[in-house]
Amino acid sequence: MTQTPLLEVRHLRVEFASRRGALVAIDDVSLSIAPGEVLGVVGESGAGKSVTGAAIIGLIEPPGRITGGEILLEGRRIDNLPYESMRAIRGRKIGAIFQDPLTSLNPLYTVGRQLVETIQTHLGLNEKAARDRAVALLESTGIPAAAQRIDHYPHQFSGGMRQRVVIALALAAEPRLIVADEPTTALDVSIQAQIISLIKRLCKEQGTAVMLVTHDMGVIAETADRVAVMYAGHIVEMGPVADVIHRPQHPYTVGLMGSIPSIGEDRTRLAQIDGAMPRLNAIPTGCAFNPRCPRVMPRCREERPELVPAGQTLAACWLHAQTPEVTR
Amino acid sequence: MSADTRTAIADRGPGVIRRALDSDLWYSFTRAPVAMTAAIITLLLIIGAFGAPILSPHEPFNPSTLSLNDSMLPPAWLPDGQLRYLLGTDDQGRDVLSTLLYGSRVSLLVGLASVVFAMVLGVGLGLLSGYVGGRIDAFIMRVADVQLSFPAILIALLIDGVARAALPRDAHNEWIAIAVLIGSIGLANWVQYARTVRGSTLIEKNKEYVQAARVIGVGPLRIMWRHVLPNSLGPVLVIATINIAQAIITEATLSFLGVGVPPTSPSLGTMINNGNNFLYSGEWWLVIFPGLMLVLLCMSVNLLGDWLRDALNPKLQ
Amino acid sequence: MSTAAAPLVKADSIGKVFDVSPPWLNRVLEGKPRLLLHAVDGVSFEIERGETLALVGESGCGKSTVARLLVGLYRPSSGSVRFDGEDLSSIAGPQAQALRRRMQMIFQDPYASLNPRWRVSDIIAEPIRVHRLIESPADIEARVAQLLGQVGLAASDAVKFPHQFSGGQRQRISIARALASEPEFLVCDEPTSALDVSVQAQVLNLMRELQRARGLTYLFISHNLAVVHHVSDRVGVMYLGRIVEIAPRARIFGSPRHPYTRMLLDAIPDISMSGRARTPVGGEVPNPLNPPSGCTFHPRCPLANERCKAERPVLREITEGGRVACHAVEEGRLGL
Repeated sequence: MTQTPLLEVRHLRVEFASRRGALVAIDDVSLSIAPGEVLGVVGESGAGKSVTGAAIIGLIEPPGRITGGEILLEGRRIDNLPYESMRAIRGRKIGAIFQDPLTSLNPLYTVGRQLVETIQTHLGLNEKAARDRAVALLESTGIPAAAQRIDHYPHQFSGGMRQRVVIALALAAEPRLIVADEPTTALDVSIQAQIISLIKRLCKEQGTAVMLVTHDMGVIAETADRVAVMYAGHIVEMGPVADVIHRPQHPYTVGLMGSIPSIGEDRTRLAQIDGAMPRLNAIPTGCAFNPRCPRVMPRCREERPELVPAGQTLAACWLHAQTPEVTR
Repeated sequence: MSADTRTAIADRGPGVIRRALDSDLWYSFTRAPVAMTAAIITLLLIIGAFGAPILSPHEPFNPSTLSLNDSMLPPAWLPDGQLRYLLGTDDQGRDVLSTLLYGSRVSLLVGLASVVFAMVLGVGLGLLSGYVGGRIDAFIMRVADVQLSFPAILIALLIDGVARAALPRDAHNEWIAIAVLIGSIGLANWVQYARTVRGSTLIEKNKEYVQAARVIGVGPLRIMWRHVLPNSLGPVLVIATINIAQAIITEATLSFLGVGVPPTSPSLGTMINNGNNFLYSGEWWLVIFPGLMLVLLCMSVNLLGDWLRDALNPKLQ
Repeated sequence: MSTAAAPLVKADSIGKVFDVSPPWLNRVLEGKPRLLLHAVDGVSFEIERGETLALVGESGCGKSTVARLLVGLYRPSSGSVRFDGEDLSSIAGPQAQALRRRMQMIFQDPYASLNPRWRVSDIIAEPIRVHRLIESPADIEARVAQLLGQVGLAASDAVKFPHQFSGGQRQRISIARALASEPEFLVCDEPTSALDVSVQAQVLNLMRELQRARGLTYLFISHNLAVVHHVSDRVGVMYLGRIVEIAPRARIFGSPRHPYTRMLLDAIPDISMSGRARTPVGGEVPNPLNPPSGCTFHPRCPLANERCKAERPVLREITEGGRVACHAVEEGRLGL
């Protein structure tokens, strides 16, 4: 990649203070997003993907704090900015879409007011121009009769419509990057499809990069260019979407892909990974996946592997650090 | 049964005490100086009050031990005071400290008993109301609404007065009077328990573990008692702690008004009533000390309840 | 399909109406009408012994209500549910208890389906105690340990409390509880929807093994078509309280007939990324309080005509197998 990445995360570490000591939510996470690219961050509950997204937007609150690493947006550090500066960046440069559209919108204000407020704050337009832009935004997200509905309150929209409003709000200030945390999980299957294609289309039109955090591999397959797989606070595999899905190199990714039921196949038994993801206060030494790994070696229990090239992707696994390729 | 199963069954895990000491509640308790102080004071007061027969230096209600020569003595640190009557004496020669201890006992007894009564009545009605719903729920809640529009004191007065008039004259003995008092204060206070428990019950009733019990075939009474009730009790504890102080003050007010405990077993309220007569003639210790005791008791119970409410509120963690 | 043995479960035109009207006083003072929610509207199906019928649909389609009607948590407003020939609504007392023993339910939310204040051993033993299947406490404990082993947990887990377990483990405890009374029929309401993918695989495999070992019959409710494809023998698709299509699994996934079924299958994110062009169908599920007339899918259906707006279609057998409720299919307008 010859251009400077839009977003760069280097060795990020986030800890949560608790009465039993500090719990490490994410440890040594490094990734980058190019302008206009869609990066998927996938993992199961407790893997740390939402914490990563929150850290980038600057929404880590005590008892959590960033205790290591850097986050750079367009080459400048944003993880150590004071609150007001971060607030200016959030919205203007980085937009956010969360899972629950009910709590993302303020129920006491009309949709129009929230949109106009965001536009005026970040783009400095006057009231009329801002309102026109807001109506145009709502129309582009597919809300019918946008000129009337702009004065409605959030509760007057259905779930799918609300999420469209949230997308409009996120795109209002023309950000360079959108962080979307499980944007379609709370929606029905048919609405999911509509929202996914909407996000794809709008971001392509505006050249906005997307960091899509989700546990749903199908959504990633449809939307992302590259994907990072997280496990127990680390990235265990990262690479182009087609390669990670069809030719996974890390044993966890292999197990994950095997356990997803698919309509195209007919298996009597889904591949299962025995055990469960470790809790934050019980992360094993060495590679965090070692107790459950079918290909574990003695070295895995002692040293934690770094991301190394493996096939077409990067995998954090001693199988690849030692031998050049692995077969599934 | 295999040996494995046997040992597994025998090891029931850490006992209740160990779990209580390990819990988050104990942890936050030991780090809240206000709560710990309040708890210690409350404990001391309770020990003092219920240990009155053993701990008090004199027997204030045994006329044979009283001496009118010793009446109206000021507290020991003032001129004319005597060391053996630490806080002074009243117009009949009774030691104020001793009467304080006995009086606190009555106040605490009435306070605690009326809270227990209100709790049992309120929790029971709230559970019934929330689980069964329909007309029973509507009826109970309307009664509760009506009752809430009356001040608690008024209700207690009403019930007390009616009971006195209704009971035959020769049944007017000390214990019946106290029981009626406990009943009237309890009846004045059940509504807050009922409402809270009804709210919790409505929530728990729709949770899937209750539905699972219904699918299994468990009867409604058993579901209410064994499933819903244990999960609805949290807020009840907080209300009860705060209610204790309220009940004690209600009893004190009623006794101050002369319609509370019978004169033969005076409470702090009765003492304040008596002492009031002497306030302007300079014998301040007869009203100040019972008043201070009342304040101390109620404040420490209130602070404890306050801390408990914050500690049990998951949103503040 | 031979029906030599009578089906184990038969739902006969069941309906369930919920009264969600505002309180009486408000209605009188504000002149508001009564609001009735037809959550389930004339649903009929049968489940044979040993088979798994899946009911699939989006939110508000009534599949969870159907599940609860089948286990007796709700009484049907119309129609009847028959279990092994007996009508659930017409029996009571010990007869009803005996029937309850034979059917159990597994719920969606692993965090709300176990009483947080009970130990696991009491939770699992509850059906045994309620139906008095075993009397001596020692034998009950042994049976609990055995059940825990069958769902992949340790006997020592019996003394713990639910909050000490993960979501997947709690679902296993729910399954152990459901098996305690040795039922024949299990209704599973989205049992894996709240679980991670790898944990879901464990639970689905477990449920399959148990079905094979004990000859269980399942009614499996889900909104996830991929999971349904994996577990079911027959699939019923529901929309706004009605079944629109019901057929053997291979037929539904291989050649779906009803426009809604096709839309649903089309909407699934494609993990194999075959590059298939997708046009997501517009519109959303209408408000169930005010459903469209005739065929309730007509506002979103590309094949809707005047008849669809006026007349409600009936489930009819089609030659490829199964039944479909669609005028376009009946009139041959599908244009394949």
